[in-house]
Amino acid sequence: MANLSMTVNGKAVTANVDPRTLLVQFLRENLRLTGTHVGCDTSQCGACVVHLDGKAVKSCTTLALSCEGASVTTIEGLANGGALHPMQEAFREHHGLQCGFCTPGMIMAAVDIVNRRGNSLDEKTIREDLEGNICRCTGYHNIVKAIASGAEAMGKGAAPARQAAE
Amino acid sequence: MYAFTYHRPATARQAASLLAKKEDAKLLAGGHTLLPTMKQRLASPGALVDLSSCADLKGIARKGRNLVIGAMTTHAEVAASPEVQEAIPALAYLASHIGDPHVRHRGTIGGSVANNDPAADYPAALLALGATVVTNKRKLPAEEFFSGLYETALDEGEIIVKVSFPVASKAGYAKFRNPASRYALVGVFVAKRGSEIAVAVTGAGEGGVFRWPEAEAVLKARFAPKSLDGLKHTAKGINGDIHADAEYRAHLIGVMAKQAVAQATGKAG
Amino acid sequence: MSATGIGAPVRRKEDHRFITGQGRYTDDINRPGQAHAYFLRSPHAHATLKKIDTKAAAAMPGVLGIYTGDDLAADKVGGLICGWMIHSKDGSPMKAGPHPALAQGKVRYVGDHIAVVVAETLAQARDAAEAIVVDYGVLPAVTDTASAAKAKTQVHAEAPDNTVFNWHLGDKAATDAAFKAAKHVTKLDIVNNRLVPNPMEPRAAVGDYDQGEGAFTLYTTSQNPHVARLVLSAFIGIAPENKLRVIAPDVGGGFGSKIFIYAEETVCVWAAKKVGRPVKWTSDRTEAFLSDAHGRDHVTHAELAMDADGKMLGMRVHTTANLGAYLSTFSSSVPTYLYAPLLSGQYDIPAIYCEVDAVYTNTAPVDAYRGAGRPEATFVVERLVEVAARQLGKDPAKFRTQNFVRKFPHQTPVIMMYDTGNYSASLKKALETIDYKGFAKRRRDSARNGKLRGIGFSAYIEACGIAPSAAVGSLGAGVGLWESAEVRVNPIGTIEVLTGSHSHGQGHETTFAQLVSDRLGVPLENVSIVHGDTDKVQMGMGTYGSRSGAVGMSAIFKAIDKVIAKGKKVAAYVLEADEADIDFKDGNFSVKGTDRKLDFGSCALQAYVAHKFNGQDLEPGLKEGAFYDPTNFTFPAGVHICELEIDPDTGVTRIERWAAVDDFGNVINPMIVEGQVHGGIAQGVGQALLEGARYNADGQLVTASFMDYCMPRADDLPSFEVGMTVTPCPSNPLGIKGCGEAGAIAAPPAVINAITDALGHEDIAMPATPQAVWRAAQKTLSRMAAE
Repeated sequence: MANLSMTVNGKAVTANVDPRTLLVQFLRENLRLTGTHVGCDTSQCGACVVHLDGKAVKSCTTLALSCEGASVTTIEGLANGGALHPMQEAFREHHGLQCGFCTPGMIMAAVDIVNRRGNSLDEKTIREDLEGNICRCTGYHNIVKAIASGAEAMGKGAAPARQAAE
Repeated sequence: MYAFTYHRPATARQAASLLAKKEDAKLLAGGHTLLPTMKQRLASPGALVDLSSCADLKGIARKGRNLVIGAMTTHAEVAASPEVQEAIPALAYLASHIGDPHVRHRGTIGGSVANNDPAADYPAALLALGATVVTNKRKLPAEEFFSGLYETALDEGEIIVKVSFPVASKAGYAKFRNPASRYALVGVFVAKRGSEIAVAVTGAGEGGVFRWPEAEAVLKARFAPKSLDGLKHTAKGINGDIHADAEYRAHLIGVMAKQAVAQATGKAG
Repeated sequence: MSATGIGAPVRRKEDHRFITGQGRYTDDINRPGQAHAYFLRSPHAHATLKKIDTKAAAAMPGVLGIYTGDDLAADKVGGLICGWMIHSKDGSPMKAGPHPALAQGKVRYVGDHIAVVVAETLAQARDAAEAIVVDYGVLPAVTDTASAAKAKTQVHAEAPDNTVFNWHLGDKAATDAAFKAAKHVTKLDIVNNRLVPNPMEPRAAVGDYDQGEGAFTLYTTSQNPHVARLVLSAFIGIAPENKLRVIAPDVGGGFGSKIFIYAEETVCVWAAKKVGRPVKWTSDRTEAFLSDAHGRDHVTHAELAMDADGKMLGMRVHTTANLGAYLSTFSSSVPTYLYAPLLSGQYDIPAIYCEVDAVYTNTAPVDAYRGAGRPEATFVVERLVEVAARQLGKDPAKFRTQNFVRKFPHQTPVIMMYDTGNYSASLKKALETIDYKGFAKRRRDSARNGKLRGIGFSAYIEACGIAPSAAVGSLGAGVGLWESAEVRVNPIGTIEVLTGSHSHGQGHETTFAQLVSDRLGVPLENVSIVHGDTDKVQMGMGTYGSRSGAVGMSAIFKAIDKVIAKGKKVAAYVLEADEADIDFKDGNFSVKGTDRKLDFGSCALQAYVAHKFNGQDLEPGLKEGAFYDPTNFTFPAGVHICELEIDPDTGVTRIERWAAVDDFGNVINPMIVEGQVHGGIAQGVGQALLEGARYNADGQLVTASFMDYCMPRADDLPSFEVGMTVTPCPSNPLGIKGCGEAGAIAAPPAVINAITDALGHEDIAMPATPQAVWRAAQKTLSRMAAE
């Protein structure tokens, strides 16, 4: 067992964990933040995407201990109090989800795309940057629309991209 | 995963000493190959030495006619680096197409090179650009470094510190992705340094990354996509699997080589 | 249409919890004292179990129990069942081998369940499973669909020649006569590739046992918790229904694969009593590949007979269907009654005869996957029709129009009575959407760039609204396929609707509430939909076969009728009028010809306080239930057109445009319906271009992860142009036909018809991977060079 401390959704957390603990297990089992999901064993589906120091990573392929001292944002930490993050709002508005299982990873990936590429995203860019996220329900059509719209809304200052990510 | 102890040294030197001391210790870089393998219980190191806090293994710098990239530099950092984009844009392009955005935030050049996955992208760049792998013990030219499938010239306890790329006058990379895994089914890196031409192929070789001398010869005469017209790579020594048999892969080597040259010469469509 | 009523694109009520990470899926549930289960699975496709030695494993840290098939048998836990009896041509019942939840004596596919280890942690359970020593007698495996009946290896002693049944449908003599009279016959050999459903949420189960009550609770990833309870109680014998509660909370997609009752949930709920602790199991993706029921896997020869003008005269089909190593819950119905009755497509074909041989193999069980039988039928019909048009030199759109059914109702020669439709209208709209007239120019433009462009049609029909109970009962179903609903009006007029349907992505919490809001005139937010818990909803048949709108909402409709009728009685007392004079409109009960009225909420309150009427004459309360049994299947139909471009140099196929025009009857929420179409198309494109489960000759699944099984990603797909035409369904009160499977049914032939159009020959199978297309394109290029 080893000691671990990090910041999750703005709150300091400490724990004593087995070194085998993956970040996703730490979030789901220790912190009961079950919004982050596991959909595969080969680091491909993206259901587990969270932001680690502001960057999208696969929490199923990251040891919790590697995140010592880091700041982690999960889907539960994206909304600012009662107000939804513009990307969350866009997914709802454009019906960018059906069963909801890939959705947290998809939204975290979407915010990361905006952080990297800005607020004006064309369809091709969005589709290529979703390479690490698999959805079985939507055919991606409405996810792509949601991300383009959410990106634009983020640019209008509803919630600055950086602030949301960190 | 099987149980292991976890260590996070602050320097490469500390990492080397941990590696020497701990039984069955393995280095953890980005972890995007090692951790999935451990999750499937196909690897069982007794200790993991996490290099992520070794500041001396990070960074990108232009040093004279060389571009030097620290082993723990992520694919995303290489892709976004103005130094790389200026010196060897094909290398930035290659890094920007490894895995997916999340993988690129974690995966590192050192981890990729040390693993020498036959379907990885970086080995083609190192081989074609004539890069040097600098370890904590020595300097290894790329052609000596990659020694077979998942095999390298690294000794026990040896740590990659950085990779030094001579700046090419022209370079290009094209890859055909495995539709499922998105690894390189075939990737071809071409580089022109003075009159020297190198064409390196990843994803396709039964023995890992290799060079294609016939293509180099015709490109030496004229460095243009058209020079490769009619040139076919043999299917001998090329991998076959459920996604692509040797004949198809061999064919793709030619197609990707042409695209890489087009990119290198600014003629990509 | 109100902003939240029927036909409005209302944003989904359930979304808030999903986009904020507050969804509650089975793996999110943890019970106090919970232990973890790990299944030891067979690494061999076919082997006898000579000895299972669990001694060393049982002594390992954290182990609470290790159980094998013998332990289940000792507790009289029955095997898993197949709930649909199919009879062979000769009248004999299908030949089903036993299907124990944990193998007994023999394993029959890689991933088959040998033992379960229950331990304090998952890692400990897995460690112990590795320490179980199994002595296997490895046997040769049979995996190939087409040759399984001729294999020397026999999967089940009960099924000689590995044959489960030789079934047929239609009039053979009439069909033979039609072929004799034909001037032109088109023949085609078709493989419908095996698929792995892969909902993003892997299956999971948490079993719990309350010793005080002697009652079990099972949390499980199910599309139909009541069917799970019925099977676990009545057939497997876990506990009587009143002592078994099944809860299917948020479920992350199903696509059919979560209809079935599997070994894992059976064992988890049983083991909870054995170890006296809640037991949890969550599949990882590899386990999902190995042991979720797969889909499709048909090998077919089909023929279409036509007269000199191209009028269809008859169709003849022979299919071999691979059902895997065991008969899954509804497996036998898929290649029979969900398949052959759809072979008439949208066409007037006087004679059809279909034979289906179902075989056992040493592969994972095969059962319903999005569309279930109907995609397989549509692929046969639409490939045949496209090739026939090409052979006759006819325009594929005109050839289809020539043969469309035009008069309704239309009785096909294969059971179905099409009630309504307008196939030409959908085709016309789809042709306009895709700009069919401009295709020739676009093809020339592609050719100038060295690319091959093609266009492909798919005019599909499906039978949904599954299904009239009497009809399916006569065809062998072990259950009725009605649906139930209960509308509970609370004293201040808020409403809970309990439904036997189950939503796992379909948005029932929104669409069902829209229906209630529309009919009772109450705000949408005052309506809650309750589903997925057998302790709350009394009985139901669940969600599959695009049935929840046509059947589930019809049950709600019926219950609402009863609520309104009761409300009128209450209002009559309160408004001191004759019940016959009470109208209900826009949320108000009023007395005809007067301005006296009672709003719905006030009526509810009056129903509960019962001050204004004698409780003996009129019962207090406002709560009504209904069971709705459909009178016919529904027949959604439409036309999808795919336009794509092939790079002959790499074999890469890019879908450039997709036009979908569907007739789903009346639509409750167009936003949700379009979403269903998008997702269905993506799965259909996946089947056509990317996905294929492959076993090697030893029975190892070589596509057992996302590394090798290609899931459609965002950059594999275009945006879709989706439109609708509407002919309301006459057989249910809402006029709904169903939309959940249409895309997956329509898409595969549209893609392959487009690819073969681009190639100029028919020599390509699904999935049309880059390698396959490259090879096929070389044939095209060499032909072009020769010309």
